[in-house]
Order: sequence, then structure tokens, then C-alpha cells
Amino acid sequence: MTELDTGGIVQVSDGGVSVEIKGEAMTLNIGPQHPSTHGVLRLVAEVDGERISKLDPVVGYMHRGKEKLAEVRTYAQITALINRIDWVSGFANEVGFVIGVERLMGIEPPPRAQYIRLILTELTRISNHLVFASSYPLELGAATPLMYAFREREHIMDVIESVTGGRFHPNFNRVGGVKPAAGGGKTQKKVSLDLPAGFYAAAANAMDRAEVACDELDELVTGNEIIQVRAKNVGVISREDVLAYGISGPNARASGIEFDLRKHEDILPYSDFDWNVAVRHHGDSFDRYLVRMDEIRESIKIVRQAIANVPSGPLQAKVPRVLKVPPGSVYVRTENPKGEMGYYIVSQGGRVPYRVKIRSASFSNISMMSKVAVGQLIPDLVATMGSLDFVLGDVDR
Amino acid sequence: MAIPGIGLVKGLWVTLKALFTKPVTIMWPDEKELLVPRARGVIALDIDNCTSCMLCSRECPDWCIYIEAHKVEIQPDKPGGRVRTRNILDRFDIDYALCMYCGICVEVCPFDALYWSPEHEYGEFSISNLLHNKERLDEWMQTVPEPPALEN
Amino acid sequence: MITIAAVPFALWLAVKVLVVLGLMLGTSLVLIYAELKWSAHIQSRIGPWYVGGRWGWAHPIAEAVKFLQKEDLVPEAADDKVFRLAPYVMLAGTVATFVVIPIGPSTVARDLDLGIFYLLAISSLSTLGVLMAGWGSGNKYSLIGGVRAGAQLIAYELPLVLALVAVGIQAGTLSLTGIVAAQAAPLFTIGGTDIALPYVLSGQILGFTVFVIASLAELNRTPFDLPLAESELTMGYVTEYSGIRFTMFFLGEYAGMVSMAAIVATVYLGGFYLPGLSEDVLDFAGPFILLAKVFFVLFLFIWFRWTWPRVREDQLQTLAWKWLIPITLFNIVATATAKVVL
Repeated sequence: MTELDTGGIVQVSDGGVSVEIKGEAMTLNIGPQHPSTHGVLRLVAEVDGERISKLDPVVGYMHRGKEKLAEVRTYAQITALINRIDWVSGFANEVGFVIGVERLMGIEPPPRAQYIRLILTELTRISNHLVFASSYPLELGAATPLMYAFREREHIMDVIESVTGGRFHPNFNRVGGVKPAAGGGKTQKKVSLDLPAGFYAAAANAMDRAEVACDELDELVTGNEIIQVRAKNVGVISREDVLAYGISGPNARASGIEFDLRKHEDILPYSDFDWNVAVRHHGDSFDRYLVRMDEIRESIKIVRQAIANVPSGPLQAKVPRVLKVPPGSVYVRTENPKGEMGYYIVSQGGRVPYRVKIRSASFSNISMMSKVAVGQLIPDLVATMGSLDFVLGDVDR
Repeated sequence: MAIPGIGLVKGLWVTLKALFTKPVTIMWPDEKELLVPRARGVIALDIDNCTSCMLCSRECPDWCIYIEAHKVEIQPDKPGGRVRTRNILDRFDIDYALCMYCGICVEVCPFDALYWSPEHEYGEFSISNLLHNKERLDEWMQTVPEPPALEN
Repeated sequence: MITIAAVPFALWLAVKVLVVLGLMLGTSLVLIYAELKWSAHIQSRIGPWYVGGRWGWAHPIAEAVKFLQKEDLVPEAADDKVFRLAPYVMLAGTVATFVVIPIGPSTVARDLDLGIFYLLAISSLSTLGVLMAGWGSGNKYSLIGGVRAGAQLIAYELPLVLALVAVGIQAGTLSLTGIVAAQAAPLFTIGGTDIALPYVLSGQILGFTVFVIASLAELNRTPFDLPLAESELTMGYVTEYSGIRFTMFFLGEYAGMVSMAAIVATVYLGGFYLPGLSEDVLDFAGPFILLAKVFFVLFLFIWFRWTWPRVREDQLQTLAWKWLIPITLFNIVATATAKVVL
């Protein structure tokens, strides 16, 4: 009989002998170029076979210096830059910033502008969640839901484009309201950029199509046993961890915390409508997916109620042409589709802010990764990361 | 009571239905998509309106507009009138390799010299050809559409 | 010493080899085109269109030519001989299965008495090729992919074998022509006409399901394509391959699909036989009937790939060991009992 030096610990208990073999853990570098990390995120993982024993996320590969750039740009120029932070939901990034500036200046936007902002924000929320709902199954292996969701998303993009001129980067918010006018055709002077004819019909049609997409995704993805087996009880984040790490948005609502900034902060007139906050209680990846599907349906309800009641009036409050903001500081937080997005604006008078600090949702959301990933298999890591729905532009700004 | 595996079968049924539906693809370049009038494709310049006030160049976040102009004096029609000076553009270039398509220049222009046009197929093989000079910007004026009618 | 009689045999052998290779490559190319088009329409898009004028029929040929003109890389950390040999081992395993598939009542490359046994033994040669690729690439991702693939392929060999054992019991023979003939034999008569049913309808429905699931796993196709998981490991054990070697893997996967589909079509769906046709017609029309059945099975494979996500490997192993093997064992017992009793 040969002697086998396993270098391990032999334990004898009732029912058998178990041997623990000590070996070297393999360091696996996932990323930065990787199909499933939503951008250039690098995860340095120590794996034991397929089980992860340690995970270090390395961020910063996409840092574009938005906060530094904001120190040398005027407020109108900054609006054009910050809708590129979370590029999937372009319009929602701008809303927080301009509301912060409006609060510093003491301006109240007219109700029509607020309704238009609300409609466009909810449209981007639906668009963002459709992207999530289709790329999450793609990471788990199913390639078709992506195509169905993007097909319906085109209608929403067309609606946004017909109003603002841009699909992803609308650049439509202005201090005091929304963009009121721009260069017209050959025969007219500045033309109003109000809602074009056919907007309500197009928006209603887009909502119907989004509902069709939701139903199709429900049948194809939510009811699918394989997805359920891959995503249930995977990446569970408890309530205490959510509060400790500052996770926000649908990720927090999937762990049972009923907190939605749309209801708790008075940013836009959400209280005029009848809608519910989507909450689930298990905190696993499947619940995060379900919360976003519920949120799509709630947003569809909001948009349908909103387009029936848009008040008439001016599109922008009276602001001087050359914008000078009085000294002061303000912190405004809004409900970005990915979570809570905050802007801390410090102004010392003048056309250019002194400092703009951006609190992005995804940065806090992925701070949990090192804790959640320990003990998971690599496919589970992919499922968890996908369910957190982050975008590297949001993480690195 | 759900049969185990019924979700899988329902998924199969969805894809089978999609197999026999007409695809939504628009066959570019034979069919082209019609863009809305407000779509931000390219910026067109009306040279006669521009007084080279430099507002667009200053407000551009990327500093991609280059303007040079000189003054000329226009003699009065009748004797005893005032000599007027006008700015004549020498150079008005927009570098579309830098342009963010944000629209601040169009919005800020006080003389309605800049317009948006949905024309978007102007890709080049060499980056230096993306610098459109003022003759080319004037050509884009022909593609500027009429603004759409407004809701109610 | 080569006699006059031996030369025609050698010539005949060469012809058979070339025909088998040609058939396999031809069907694989058609399959590649079919997958591109069917998957595109499932996803509400069009797929290849401009290549070849219209309908994009020349797309697979263009792809093959494109791969042939790529740079031939061998990574520095790779185990040279193993790396170079792996694709050919994998391809050889799949091509050799075509030898025993009967195309017509008297058209088969070689009718072996141990048809099924030979098929299963030869197709497990491709497992070796996969493991060689995973190890020889010198890349951690490929290693993980190769090891996953090895475990998966070995685990799913058993349900494959056991499902075919039941067929062997029901037919009474292991040779494939014998199995087709057994399916052609009438089971019962209704009102004067003899009804012959393929095995999928006459008692082997469980075996058919298990065989299809196990063959999806053997081919590394979704829902079991974890070794090639694109969204996790960037192509798994095939990551470091380019050029001709990648084409061999690519073709090997599709040729494997065709061979598994051919086995299913022959063993469960009746092969080249269609009731009501005489022997002479079958000699001529047999290949087309077989082709139609093969493409029906291939449609199932493609349909499943583009609808379902992939299964994690421990769930995959659970499925194989805890569910499929007991089901096949039960199937064998039931078939044997039915064969003795009925």
C-alpha cells in the first residue's frame, strides 16, 4: 500500500472519513474585457475549482472625469455632459442636476414642464428595465428575449426622439423647465419644442407595445424553470446588508425595503397619479428581476395616466440668458432607474459651479460584490452581477 | 397545479410563433428609415444670417466650432449716410469628430443661423474629412425640414 | 501482394470514404445555413441575405473561406502537440459515425453487426478531443471549460447508452439496418392494412426524450453549453483556436449535430423507411426521406437552443445522475418486460 501524502486534514466521524486536501487557489482575472460585466469591470477572483473564495472588484477603467469637467463648464454645458453618466437611461440623469440648480436659484418650473419631465423620465425607466430584462437572460444563456425587448424598445426611443431630437442623450432639461425652443425651419424663427402632433398617440402605442413585450418576456423568461433554478436563492442580499452598504433602487426593493424616492422626495409630481411601489422579500437574483418587471408595469400605468392630463402652459420659467447661480450648496437625490442618484452642487456665484459631486447608484450597488460572491460558483457570480443591473459609466463617472 | 416543465413548453410556443411572424428588419440600403423632423443628425449653417458673434463657439462644450471673420465697411447708399461695418465669415468649421450633438450652439444662436437636420449618412473613411467647412454646412441647409406641427 | 481482386476493394473503400466525408460536410454546411436562418426568424430578424445574391445561401461557404485565411496561432504557453492534434481527434470521432447509418435498404457504407455499440464507442472519441483542447491551450479559461466539458460529456454518456440499450432489446439486434427493418415490420393490422410504427410511437417515447436531452449535452449545445459559455468564459475550450483549427471545431460541432440527428432519425423515427413504399422506390428515395427526418430532429435542436438558457453544471450533473439514469433503467426494464410478455 502506498503512502499518500495529501498534506490534508483527516477527519473521522460517524458515517465516514473526509479528507481535506490543501492546494493552491487559482487566481482568475475576469475582465476588464468580458462579455458579461456590462462594461470594463475587472474582478480578480481566487477560485478553488469553480468555487470563489475571494473577489476583488477593480473599477476605474472608464473614468471620464465628469466631476472635474463640471468645474470648468457652464450649467447648460454640464447638462449635456451628465446625461452620459448612465447611458441607458439618459433623461433621468439630467433631472436631478437641473432641479438642484433650480433650488439654488429659487425657481419653480411650470407644471407643463414638470409633466413632460415626468413622462420622459418614466419612458426612460421602462427603456432601461427592458434592456435589463433582456440582457439578464442573455447572460444566463438565452439569446432570444433580447431581440424581443429591443424590438419594443424602439417604439419608446422613437417617442423620445420625436420630442427631444435624441434617443439616448436627449439634453432636453433646462434650468427652469425643459428646452423651450430651438432653431426652426427656413421660414420661421425660433420654433417651439413643445410636444409634436401625434405624441399622445405614439406614446400610447409605445405603452401597448411595452406591455406586449412584458407579457412575452413573462412567458419566455419568468416562467422558465431553468431561469428559476439558476436565479432563485442565488446572490441573496439581506436587509441589513442593503442598509449597511447603501444599495438602492430595485435592488433594495427586492430585499423587502419599501423605499422609493419618487414617493418620498418631492421632485416631480408623482403624487398626482395612482401607482404602487414594487417590493419583493427574498433578496435573491430572481426577485431583483421580478421587481424590475413589476416596475415596468407600474411605469406604464403612470405614463398612461400622465398623457391624459398634461396641463398647458409655458415650457420654461423666466431665467436670464446668461445664467449666474447665487452662492450656496444643495444636495438633490432622484430615483434613477438603477437606484438613487444624487447631485451635490456647490456654487460660489458665477456661471460655473465650484464643485459638483455625483453620487451614482451603481457604485454603491456593486460594493456588495466581494461579500456576496464568496462561496458562489462562477456561473452564479454572473447571475448575481447581471441582476444588480449596473453600468460602468455609472460606476466610474 | 403546474406540471413541471410547463414553463419550458410555453417558452417554446412563444418562439415558434415568432418563427412564423414577419421580421421587423428594415433592409438598409434598399429601404431607409424615416427620421422624425427634430432628429439631431447634422448642423446646418445659414451663412447670410451669421454675424460671427462667437456665441456658439464659446458655448460648445467640446470647442469644436472654429470661426474666423473680418470686418468690411459698406458705403452708404446716399451721401451723408453712416458707414456700416459687417462681419464676413472667412472660416466656419464644425468638427464632427468632436461634436457631441448636444444642440447648445443651435439653441444659443441669436440670429437663427444654425439649424438641425436629420441627415445622418455622412460617414468618411478619414477623420480629417469630418471637419465640415462653411460651404458644406451651407449645403446641409437644403435638408433642414419644416418643424412638425404641435400637439393641440 | 496486391491482387487484381484487391484493387477494386481499395478503390471502393476510397470512394466510400470520400462519399461519407462529402455527405457529412455538405449536410453540415446546409445545417449551418439552416441554423442561421431559423434562429434569425425566431429572433424576429432576417439572418444572411446579401451573400450569394439573395437569401444568403453562400454564407456558410464564405464563412469557411474566411476562417481558412486567418492567422494560424499557437499560444506560447500551449502544449504544442496536444494543442495541434485536438481538433482532428474531435472531428474524427464525429465523422466516423456516418459509416454505419443506412441511407437506403441496401446503401450503407458498412453494415456492422454491432452498429449501436460501434456508434457509441466512436462518438466518445470526441470527448477526448475536447479535453485535449482544454488542457493544451495553456489558458485558465480554457482549462475550466475543458474540465467542465469532460465532466459533462462523461456524465451524459450513460443515459445515451442506456436509452439505446432499450432499443436494442426491442429490435432484437444491434445493427442499424436491422433496427430499421424491425421498425418497418408491421405491428398490428387495422381493417386489412398493416400498420408499422416507428419506435418513438411504439413504446420508446421515454427513451426518445432522454436520448434527445443526452445528445444535446453530448454536443455541448444549449441548454448544456456551459463549456462553451460565451457570456462567462469567452468560448471556453475553443478560446485559443483560430483559422483552420477553429473551423475543425466548428464543423465538428455541426457534424456532431448531424450525426446525432441521424442516429435519432434511424433508431427512433424509422430511418429511410416510409410505409407504403416498395424496396425499389426506397432505394432511390430513401436518402431524401432520411434527410427530411434528420432535419426535423435538427429543427428541434435549434429550437431548443434559441429558447432556453443554460443550466449550471452541478444542476446538469444532478439531472444526469439523479433523473435521466433512473428513467432509462426503468425504460429498459419496461421494454424487456413488454418484449417478453407481448
